[in-house]
Amino acid sequence: MSTQLMNGATMLLECLVREGVECIFGYPGGVTLPFYDALYDHPIRHVLVRHEENAAFAAEGYARATGKVGVCCATSGPGATNLVTGLVDAMMDSIPIVALTGQVSTKLIGSDAFQEADTFGITRSCTKHNYLVKKLEDLPAVIHEAFYLAASGRPGPVLVDIPKDVFQGKGHYQPVGAIHLPGYKVFTEGHAGQIRRAAHMIWESTKPMVYAGGGIIAANASEELREFVELTDFPAVNTLMGLGALPAEHPNFISMPGMHGSYAANMGMYNTDLLIALGVRFDDRVTGRLAAFAPHAKIIHVDIDPAEIGKIRQPDLPIVGDVKRVLQKLNKLVAELKPELAPLHAAARRQWRNEIQSWKEQYPLAPVYSDTEIKPQHLVAEIDRLSGGRAIVCADVGQHQMWAAQLVRFNEPRLWINSGGLGAMGFGLPSAIGAQFARPDKLVFALVGDGGFQMSIPELATIAAYGLPVKIVVLNNGYLGMVRQWQELFYNNRLSAVTLDCFPEAEKLAGAYGFKGRTVEKPHELRAAMEECVNEPGPYLLNVKVSPYENVYPMVPAGGAINEMVMGPPQPVSA
Amino acid sequence: MLQTIALLMENKPGALLRVTGLLSARGYNIESLTVARTVDPQLSRMTIVVDVDPVLRAQVIKQMNKLINVLQATDVTDTPSICRELLLVRVRAQQESRTAILKEAEIFGGRVVDSSTEGFVIEVTGEAEKLDEFVDVMRSYGDIEVVRSGATAMPLGSKKLKLQPPVPTRSELARV
Repeated sequence: MSTQLMNGATMLLECLVREGVECIFGYPGGVTLPFYDALYDHPIRHVLVRHEENAAFAAEGYARATGKVGVCCATSGPGATNLVTGLVDAMMDSIPIVALTGQVSTKLIGSDAFQEADTFGITRSCTKHNYLVKKLEDLPAVIHEAFYLAASGRPGPVLVDIPKDVFQGKGHYQPVGAIHLPGYKVFTEGHAGQIRRAAHMIWESTKPMVYAGGGIIAANASEELREFVELTDFPAVNTLMGLGALPAEHPNFISMPGMHGSYAANMGMYNTDLLIALGVRFDDRVTGRLAAFAPHAKIIHVDIDPAEIGKIRQPDLPIVGDVKRVLQKLNKLVAELKPELAPLHAAARRQWRNEIQSWKEQYPLAPVYSDTEIKPQHLVAEIDRLSGGRAIVCADVGQHQMWAAQLVRFNEPRLWINSGGLGAMGFGLPSAIGAQFARPDKLVFALVGDGGFQMSIPELATIAAYGLPVKIVVLNNGYLGMVRQWQELFYNNRLSAVTLDCFPEAEKLAGAYGFKGRTVEKPHELRAAMEECVNEPGPYLLNVKVSPYENVYPMVPAGGAINEMVMGPPQPVSA
Repeated sequence: MLQTIALLMENKPGALLRVTGLLSARGYNIESLTVARTVDPQLSRMTIVVDVDPVLRAQVIKQMNKLINVLQATDVTDTPSICRELLLVRVRAQQESRTAILKEAEIFGGRVVDSSTEGFVIEVTGEAEKLDEFVDVMRSYGDIEVVRSGATAMPLGSKKLKLQPPVPTRSELARV
């Protein structure tokens, strides 16, 4: 029982230690001075980023790579507002982070004081929950609640705004035994009757499809998913947020579905008669035109968040619960019923598997190569080769993200880190910083486009300062590629404000920060350059100039049905 | 179509903002909103009348139930409930119509809460339609000013409220 008199800042650190926090990504400022003073000789590691937005992204990278709560910290006013994009990103992708912000002293709140902003109001809609702590005695309970809320149920960001005088106030830390949140409902177990009905529906299906998403990763349910897929021998797709939930090399794994999903995945989703949706939210980038999404399918939807049930598509059988617990129970029943029910439609399901296999063979997701220029898919295939399904790949947003999602294998969960829901450019590099701190043992790639990279350049200093061996690979096509692709396809190729015709020399840029960098543009140089990049003990910046006009295919045009993919650019007609 | 939502929530700063923010983020205009604390001062009851697209109604209620400070949000639009509203109307009346106004007020179960040479202030409670009618009647007597409280609803269904039990903190769990 700690009875020592301490100030609020020390008390906050005491709470963080009790929550198991090892590392905070942050940026100091006026009102957080007392906190940084307490941090000065404290064992919790503070990582000084170069912009608060990147503190939030790094905390996300840390959380995504481990499943632990990531922590970021910023001062009042501009510090807090700079966190907002990261908070929205964590909200969209259900990532557990706790953001600590300083606030002007309680007496000054509302007086337009220097660096004052209504952080509580601003972040209300982009957090799972947020707090303004006005009394020091409330601080411990709030911090423990914040961590509990961030990590439990459907995870998400929680912000705690702490005025300077609360940091400075003196008090005794009273251990908090229990968290009282009478209105916070977490549904974990799943309805037993519904699970039983699901088990029967599963064996009644002839064209089943497992649609597994980020919820599997959040729930650490990969093992249960693999067991389910192997018990049933059903084909499965992983969404963009779910890549790695089922190993990419698993024989039942098809690929990612959706706007840039594979032909087989999308045809499978279109033709299935039973869609088993596990920890997914029927995102518009997956479903395409909703009326034409899985039109013949019955749907089993398992999600921990009751508000996801029927939000986009009404399921035939909803199960509200933790997908890990639900799958454990479901697997048991499925196995029990298997001897009796599995043979019923076994032949039809075999035929279905063959059908999917033929789609896979007809339009495989395969890299494209050229002798004269580096194709972007070639670069992504190199990353895949060096990763072997085991490296962490932090992507930014755009074409490179889609090519990586299509072509890089992820054989474990928490290897693929990307801004899925929000699509926040500038995410790749800072999230790689967080991931590398979380997993120092892992090879971490920051695969970024030339656009997103230029949003993150300040963080090269963080990488250099901490000697993080992050492998920064820039897929440089000289354009905001995805926007250019849409302008080409849907706006008569009127390329408006998408040319990135000034890019720093990688060798000089990295050299300015004291680490190695290089630019390659010839296909035959790529392999050696990639190996040099990966073998370098420290950070490395590899700028890869790729063919500028490559588009991501297959593509479901916005508002299109998922079975109406454009498979590639128009082919020249031979005379 | 107007939807009436009854909420039981924690009486905490920002709780109101969270509920209304959910509606404003979706571009819904709140027709009326009443809120006051309950017998337990830590809890408040709120009634919101809002025009929500019928297909999204269930979703809005679910999102409200997700809010950490909300113990229970219920759609009482089509379920048995008592819904009342308070109306204060100031009517400026000529001498000759004063008696008639008092008679009308009596018919509507109203009560005179202020009387002066200028006219009356009359208080009426009831369902919104009844108050609308009373306002129409009063308008025929002269200039009026109206203040309405907005609807406040009590659901009659006996859906048992389940409060979530306390959860041990991480450090407490580590200690055990």
